[in-house]
Amino acid sequence: MSDIKLEKIDEFRWRIPAEGGMRVPGIIYSSDRLMKGAGKDESPRQVANVAHLPGIVKYSLAMPDMHWGYGFPIGGVAAFSLEDGVVSPGGVGYDINCGCRLLTTKLREEDVRDRLRDLTVGLFRDVPSGVGSRGPIRLSPQDERRVLVEGARWAVENGFGTPADLETTEDGGAMAGADPETVSDRALERGREQLGTLGSGNHFLEIEVVGEVFDRGAAAAFGLEEGGIAVMIHSGSRGLGYQVCDDYLARLVRHVRTLDMELPDRQLACAHLTSPEGRQYLAAMACAANYAWANRQMLMHWTRESFQRTLGMSPRDLGMQLVYDVCHNIAKIETFPLDGKPVRLCVHRKGATRAFPPGHKSLPPRYRSSGQPVLIPGDMGTGSYVLAGTEKAFAETFGSTCHGAGRVMSRAQATKASRGRSIPQEMSARGVVVMAAGKETLREEIPEAYKNLDEVVSVVDRAGLSRKVAKLRSLGCIKG
Amino acid sequence: MTTYRTFDHTADLGIEVYGRTRKELFGHAAEALADLLADPGTDPPDRTFRICATGEDGPDLLVNFLREILYQFHGNRLLLRQIRVTHLTKNEICAEAEGEVLDCTGGHRRREVKAVTYHQASLSRDGSGRWTARVILDV
Repeated sequence: MSDIKLEKIDEFRWRIPAEGGMRVPGIIYSSDRLMKGAGKDESPRQVANVAHLPGIVKYSLAMPDMHWGYGFPIGGVAAFSLEDGVVSPGGVGYDINCGCRLLTTKLREEDVRDRLRDLTVGLFRDVPSGVGSRGPIRLSPQDERRVLVEGARWAVENGFGTPADLETTEDGGAMAGADPETVSDRALERGREQLGTLGSGNHFLEIEVVGEVFDRGAAAAFGLEEGGIAVMIHSGSRGLGYQVCDDYLARLVRHVRTLDMELPDRQLACAHLTSPEGRQYLAAMACAANYAWANRQMLMHWTRESFQRTLGMSPRDLGMQLVYDVCHNIAKIETFPLDGKPVRLCVHRKGATRAFPPGHKSLPPRYRSSGQPVLIPGDMGTGSYVLAGTEKAFAETFGSTCHGAGRVMSRAQATKASRGRSIPQEMSARGVVVMAAGKETLREEIPEAYKNLDEVVSVVDRAGLSRKVAKLRSLGCIKG
Repeated sequence: MTTYRTFDHTADLGIEVYGRTRKELFGHAAEALADLLADPGTDPPDRTFRICATGEDGPDLLVNFLREILYQFHGNRLLLRQIRVTHLTKNEICAEAEGEVLDCTGGHRRREVKAVTYHQASLSRDGSGRWTARVILDV
């Protein structure tokens, strides 16, 4: 049990007062029910630990799906001054630019009801997944460097999708400042074989149906209609991203010792944004982020092809359009109002999703009045939410909201709880076809291992950090 | 003698490793990680490999050593077995191990271990001289 002091501010916010070495207070967005669970792990302490980092601005934040992470909690958000602040690989996480993309189709639920198994098996055949999976693409070292700089654009230029896809990808699918020289040979080596693979664990590719629409205006802007079929893809930067994080953590642990900086946790290793070490990490992180965007672009391309093949339909008739692609593990330089003036800050979102408001200049024209689409993946078989960004998130949480359900059971507990049960059968009883490369993954990912997604989303909706637009229900799921 | 056990950690997996000496502890830790990564094949190991790492203190050295084992697995598809620590000081370690190159299908891989973390990494010695180490793996 955490001995951290928590003061309730209002229905959805708890404050951790700035004590000891904390430079700012912590603020946790949650509900009474979710806080009962959150108090059991070390995540409130981690919120407080992040507040020790130099140059942190306003507060150390956590979203309602907060759970225990490395250094930063999962669900943590923190912004740092570019002059005296830091960047921390632990504030981004191992899976750099883990994120989601959502595709809509012209199909209705009744069109696919009898073909669901075929579609799911087709996706399982056509999209590489599983532990240590390798993709069908072998990148040359030259091409890999292009992927790291150009991101999703490289994929589009090489036949994986259309230029229109880039318009609805965060940052156009390529983050600026990527420098392959800052990425180790080891990371490059791991990246060459895995481009175009889903991975394992909580990553998935899911056929979903729009079940409930909460905001008709925004849903129309996003192309979501009740009963419409959509596909959600949740994946990241694979081994390349893990290696970049690992390399820089080790390097920055050493770097921190050369500075006069007391950190409560070694995993919070960081470097000043003005230092060569800090700049190099950001350049390497951007490479991994771009790799992830290329990866999801390719996964989406094969999803489209797989639907065409299984249903014998043309791309025009299927109309598979990218609604949006947004990441939830990243550090970005963004501009926010601070004491009435626009200030550029380095915002860390670790298991938190960007949620920019209507009118923000980074949004594609079609989303200018609705706000940014926010994609919240659920646990296996539960479905997902689509939300829209708000002014309040921009003002309070550096334009950030939750990223998912958040675990409540350890993987071992989930495996134990699922003993003697057939998870595919249970899913089938709920009307969900599940295919997985590893049986163990299915056991570890059972729905009860996660917080209640409805509750998490209800908190961010009612606290004003994003607006509920639609809820999607799972129909077919591919797990790694 | 039990050389290691796993313990639970919300999203992840911890290993607690035992050794009669510090040298044995490091060897057991590496074998525990290899054991979690994949089942060994039936073919005899391909050849002998040498792994070295450095660290600023005990936990740092252990984490860096395990990161080497993990990199060999991910980067070179090399599963190391029968790991013998040949050189160990406060800040350096070298070990020799039999290595098996796993096939491309990854047929006997057990789980994806993303990383060896510094979080709560510890080394301790009890009154009877027995060593215990704890490390959390991001899975």
